[in-house]
Amino acid sequence: MSTTSPATPGAETPAPPANTAAEQFAKRRRSPAQRVQHVLHAYPAISPLLVLVVSFLVFTYLNPNFGTLRTQSLILQQVAVVAALAVGQTLIILTAGIDLSVGAIAILAMLFSAKLSADGGLPGPLAVLVGIAVGTAAGAINGLLVTRLRLPPFIVTLGTLSVFTAMALLYSGGQSVQAGAMPDLMVWTGEIVNLGGLRITTGVFMVVLLYVVIGFVLKQTTWGRHLYAVGNDAESARLVGISVNRVLLSVYTIAGLIYGITAWILIGRAGAASPNAAADANLESITAVVIGGTSLFGGRGALLGTLLGALIVGYFRTGLSLAGVDDQWRVLSIGLLVIIAVSIDQWIRKVRA
Amino acid sequence: MTATTPETDAGRQDGRAPVLSARGLVKTFGRVVGLDGVDFDLYPGEVLAIIGDNGAGKSTLIKAATGAIVPDAGEVRLDGEVVSFKRPQDAREAGIETVYQTLAVAPALDIAANMFLGREMRRSGPLGSVFRMLDHKGMRESAGKSMADLGIGTLQNMAQPVETLSGGQRQAVAVARAAAFATKLIVLDEPTAALGVKETNQVLQMIERVRDSGLPVILISHNMPNVFEVADRIHIQRLGRCAGIITPKTHTPSEAVAIMTGATTLQDTPGSVRG
Repeated sequence: MSTTSPATPGAETPAPPANTAAEQFAKRRRSPAQRVQHVLHAYPAISPLLVLVVSFLVFTYLNPNFGTLRTQSLILQQVAVVAALAVGQTLIILTAGIDLSVGAIAILAMLFSAKLSADGGLPGPLAVLVGIAVGTAAGAINGLLVTRLRLPPFIVTLGTLSVFTAMALLYSGGQSVQAGAMPDLMVWTGEIVNLGGLRITTGVFMVVLLYVVIGFVLKQTTWGRHLYAVGNDAESARLVGISVNRVLLSVYTIAGLIYGITAWILIGRAGAASPNAAADANLESITAVVIGGTSLFGGRGALLGTLLGALIVGYFRTGLSLAGVDDQWRVLSIGLLVIIAVSIDQWIRKVRA
Repeated sequence: MTATTPETDAGRQDGRAPVLSARGLVKTFGRVVGLDGVDFDLYPGEVLAIIGDNGAGKSTLIKAATGAIVPDAGEVRLDGEVVSFKRPQDAREAGIETVYQTLAVAPALDIAANMFLGREMRRSGPLGSVFRMLDHKGMRESAGKSMADLGIGTLQNMAQPVETLSGGQRQAVAVARAAAFATKLIVLDEPTAALGVKETNQVLQMIERVRDSGLPVILISHNMPNVFEVADRIHIQRLGRCAGIITPKTHTPSEAVAIMTGATTLQDTPGSVRG
């Protein structure tokens, strides 16, 4: 690395002495702020990790109950759905897109599989697959609109948010499907597993698995690499021979698949399939991604940050409520966190040699 | 004619076949004539500069020869075979690499990732073929070797994001990528336009290294001193036509500018090497 050592000014590069003013400027020593900028640039997950650790300590100090395994288990169960949706959201935001229809797709998929199994007598495994298929198809529709009609993702998903929400309500007649009416497999994701005091659901396990698999794919496969390249600069990606539209379509489709899986987790979490289940999930998933340090401008960020971002949102909700603070303080503080996170992103994107 | 470089003269006089040649290229954009019947030859082992005023057709010429646009008429030959590139990828697969003015790099990705962007090395066995896993180590080693081949010793860490590099270093990454994958020739579009004095010299040295390694180079440039320093022959575009081909040995930069701007013609200028 070309990091300069403050102890040896002027000796940082073996190159001959600078001969233009600009080159001399380029060889200046880095200020402490610039060094922080470089570290954050290399490891963007540091800031959300710091926020998570500090908020854990502060909330535990305010109310010792916060630090207990019991509370932590509850938080994990609470954030599971948003954390799962945020995986798909991360993929899309990494391509410099955005998905406002996440929650709507999850609800649509959930109601299809719930109603088909409860009213149509569809066996559990098939109903789960139908939900995943509906999510995948809805994601693919977003992807086709983005790539074929070349519409901005914001507009496409703003439209499909309404379309999918209305479809879900029309299909279900606004009625919930209770757990008892569905096959056991549909609510299996809500089953508690006791891990030495940490009581988490199978749904939480599935979310962890989702993060491991997609995190691996992003870092270790050509698809992941191309996704970053498209998000960095779509024109450059095209020039080096990457099929930008194919990457984008696959990203929206796989995001849809993830929302379909999340629908299953959502049924287990809520113990029912309700059209109003994940109303806040659209914005909360974006919040988790942004607080996690992934850039809304695309091409920059990692799934680990999103997981931390989702946990931070959960920590603030439970922590502030345990501290006896009005819930509006949570809303306010999450809003501030989003603004701070985007400011930090803007700052670290200006990093230079 | 007396002072031309042996290489250039040999390339032209002993009838060595051009690597890339074009005959009668025409490209119009509505009523605007981009190329008006241009002939063009690139010989083995040379740096051919293409100069011309804005709108003279130098970029169009190169795009037509490398598949970025499809010419309306005329033919392009690569090693004597007629080729018709429909997209840049066709040219790339045929062994022609282009370094675009925008460099076509992904700023947040590291040097190795950018060197192999779109052509990633994958792990051997099913990990690579089925799971399409990247061979990070292989790509870093290979990228480091490509950079060293071009004499770029200042960049050691292939895991460094490209956006943390200086303009010249980014250019070096793009040139190294082109040189590593090209089998026939490389095209450089205004490679020094955004660079300082020192970095410009480094890029010019890289161009010479690429040529000396056996790859002919097409250099599109506005910068007359750069062109005269590194080019073996200079193709002058003017108003969609070739206004003449000169060499740095037979003509001065001001003569080149005069031909380029139409102040004079090749025929009126002493030291003509064409007719």
